[in-house]
Amino acid sequence: MKYLDEYRDGKIVASLAEGIRRVQTRPWVIMEVCGGQTHSIVKNGIDQLLPAGVELVHGPGCPVCVTPLETIDKAHAIARLPGVIFCSFGDMLRVPGSDGDLFGIKSQGGDVRVVYSPLDCLKIARANPEKQIVFFAIGFETTAPANAMLAWRAREDGYSNISLLVSHVLVPPAMAAILSSPQNRVQGFLGPGHVCAVVGYREYEPLAERFQAPIVVTGFEPLDILEGVLMLVRQLESGRAEVENQYSRILGPEGNLPARKLIEKVFEVGDRKWRGVGMIPGSGYRMRAEFREFDAERRFGVGAIDTREPEICISGQILQGIRKPHDCPAFGKQCTPQHPLGATMVSAEGACAAYYAYGRRLEEPALVTVGGGR
Amino acid sequence: MATKAMEPETAQAVFGECPLPVFEHPQIVLGHGSGGKLSAELIDKIFLSRFRNPALERMDDQAQLQIGNARLAFTTDSFVVTPIFFPGGDIGTLAVNGTVNDLAMGGAKPLYLAAAFILEEGLSTRELERVVDSMRVAGERAGVQLVTGDTKVVNRGKGDKVFITTTGIGVVERPIHLSADRCRPGDRILVSGYVGDHGITILSQREGLELECALESDCAALHELVEEMLGAAEACGNPQGIRCMRDPTRGGVATTLNEIAARSRVGMTIEEDSIPVRDEVRGACELLGLDPLFVANEGKLAAIVAPEIAERVLERMQRHALGSESRIIGQVTGEHAGMVLMKTSVGGMRVVDRLFGEQLPRIC
Repeated sequence: MKYLDEYRDGKIVASLAEGIRRVQTRPWVIMEVCGGQTHSIVKNGIDQLLPAGVELVHGPGCPVCVTPLETIDKAHAIARLPGVIFCSFGDMLRVPGSDGDLFGIKSQGGDVRVVYSPLDCLKIARANPEKQIVFFAIGFETTAPANAMLAWRAREDGYSNISLLVSHVLVPPAMAAILSSPQNRVQGFLGPGHVCAVVGYREYEPLAERFQAPIVVTGFEPLDILEGVLMLVRQLESGRAEVENQYSRILGPEGNLPARKLIEKVFEVGDRKWRGVGMIPGSGYRMRAEFREFDAERRFGVGAIDTREPEICISGQILQGIRKPHDCPAFGKQCTPQHPLGATMVSAEGACAAYYAYGRRLEEPALVTVGGGR
Repeated sequence: MATKAMEPETAQAVFGECPLPVFEHPQIVLGHGSGGKLSAELIDKIFLSRFRNPALERMDDQAQLQIGNARLAFTTDSFVVTPIFFPGGDIGTLAVNGTVNDLAMGGAKPLYLAAAFILEEGLSTRELERVVDSMRVAGERAGVQLVTGDTKVVNRGKGDKVFITTTGIGVVERPIHLSADRCRPGDRILVSGYVGDHGITILSQREGLELECALESDCAALHELVEEMLGAAEACGNPQGIRCMRDPTRGGVATTLNEIAARSRVGMTIEEDSIPVRDEVRGACELLGLDPLFVANEGKLAAIVAPEIAERVLERMQRHALGSESRIIGQVTGEHAGMVLMKTSVGGMRVVDRLFGEQLPRIC
C-alpha cells in the first residue's frame, strides 16, 4: 500500500537497526514524546530491534490519558443533562471519571455521540436546533486547528446551540517539566511529528539548547521511528543537542501557518492540569474572551467541579519516563484497560494500555528474546 | 519505590479506596455486544452460569445433538445492522448466511431455518419486501428452506427498522467432529480470504464517515467451501485432520483465534505479512486507528488444520470462488498456551489479545 508499505519494509528496518548498533557506544535513554509513537513502537515491536544500550521510555503525549479527572467529571456532568448531545472523539468514551464512563452515561439515556471531525457537530446542531451540542475539545496542538475551526464556524455562522469543553495541552512545557525534574533520566527526544506538522519546531530549539537535550522530530511508521532513533543516537554520541527533522516529508520548521493563525484567533495559552502529573504553567490552550460564549464550562456552570486525583497510581512517573508500566504492582492485576486506575491505562495510546494490549504484561515470554533488545 | 515494595494485598487495599471506579455494569453497555471480553463476561456470568449443559458448554458456533441415529447441528443468531442495506448485501442476506455459516462451521449440511422479525412501526413495506426477497434468494442459494417464523411490531423508536433472528438446523453426515478444543501444536491456521471487508463496508456507510470506497461486504454462505475442505481432508485419508472451523464475525479473526487457543489450551503464532487484507480496508483502518484483525467478516472462515494436509486443503480452498485468496497465516504451538502472538512485518513480536469492548477510533 503506497505511502505506508515503504515505511514498514523489514529489510530497511533491519539495516537501520544495524546502523544504530554501529553508532551507539554508550547507554542512552530516549523518550518518544507522542502516544502515537508509543503505540507504533509497541504494536510493531520496534524496541525489540534496538540494541540493549538504547532504552526507549514513553512520554506524556497521549491526549486522552492526560486529560485531568476533573475535566472528565465536567464532561460527564454535561453529558448527563437532558437536552444535551455530547460529542466526542471515540477513545474518550471509555475514560473513567469519578463515576463511570461516557458509555455508561449513554446506557443510562444520555445522548453521547462519536464524531470523526469536530465539524460534524455543525451538522448535528443544524439537525437538532432544540438541543445543545457540546464538543469535548481535547488534544495536543494536533487537534487544535480543527477544534478551533468549530468555535470559529459556530460564531461566524451564529450557532447558539454549540459549545466546546476545552482541555487542550501543549507539548513543549511538558518536555520542559520532564527535563527540569530532579529524577529525570531522559537524554534525548523523538519529537512529536503530528504536533510539529501544525505548529512547526521553532519552539523546540530553545528547549534543546537550554537543557542540552537533542530533539529529532519524528514520524510514526517503523522506519520513521528507527531513523529518528539513529539521528538522535548520532547527536548524543557526538555531544550535539540540536533540533533535527526526520519527518521532513510532512513538515517544515514553521508548520502550517493558516492553522497556527486560526489557533491564535480562538485560543490563548493558559495553565493546565495534566492527569497523573498535576498543574504545568502555560501548558494548555483556553478559549479567548471573544469566544467565551462558546465555552461549555460557563454555559453549563460546571467550572466549580474540582476532583482530586488518587496519589497512588504511578502514571505520573511513567508519563515522565521515570518508571515503566511493569514497575507498578497494580499493572495487569488491579489495573487493566477494563478497570483503569490511572492516566496511562485509559487510552490505547497510553503506555500502560499499549503494554497491556500487546502482551507486555508477561514477565519473560518468547517475544522479549526476539532481537535481543530490552 | 514504595509502591514497588507493596504486598499485593496492601496494594489492593489502597487501590480499593481509589476514587476511580471499577466497572460493575449496573446497565448493559454497547461493548457487551462487541464480541470481546465484555461479551464473554456477559455470556459467562449471566447465561452460561444459569443454563449449564454439555452441548452449550462446548461454546462452538452451533450445538451438536445426537437424536436417534442423526447428529443434528442447531444454532440461532440475531441480526441488527445499521444501515439495513449496504454494498454487497442487506440484513436479510446476513440473517440467512450468518446462520447457514454457523451450521457449516460444525461440518453440518444446513437444512431448515426459522426466522423471527421485529419490525418498527413506520418501516416502509417496500424495504421489508426487499429484505425478505434477499432472504429468499440467499436461502435458495444455500439450499435451505424457511419453514417457520414469527413477526412482531414495536412502537416507532423502540426498534431500528427491523431486527431479524434466524434459527437453523442441519445434519452432520460425516463421522467428523469439529470443535475448538481439538487443536494441537503444529496445526496450521488458515483463513479463507481478505479479512475485514464486511466491518469496514458497514463503517464506511455510517453517518459522519462517508468514506468513498468501492468496498463490498463479503457476506456469503460458506457451506460449499466447507464441503470442499472436508472432501480434501477425506481424500488425504485424514478426515479428522480439520480440527475446527469458525466464521470470524464480531471481534474478527483475532477474537476467533483467541477463543480457539483458550479452548484447546494451546498457543498460536501468526505472521502479519501473510494475513490477506485489502488496501481499502488497511487504508480505512489506518485512518481510524482500527486493526483489521478485529474487524467483522461475514463470508470468511478460519480453520485449524493438521500440518500434513494443510497444503492440500489450502489448494482446494483456493480453487473455490469463496476461498480464492485463502492463506496459511500461522500455526498452533505448544508454548504460551491461550495466547496468540504475531510476528510483525518489521520483525518484532506482539500479543494479539481479545478486545475489551468495541474498537474505538483513536484521536490521532
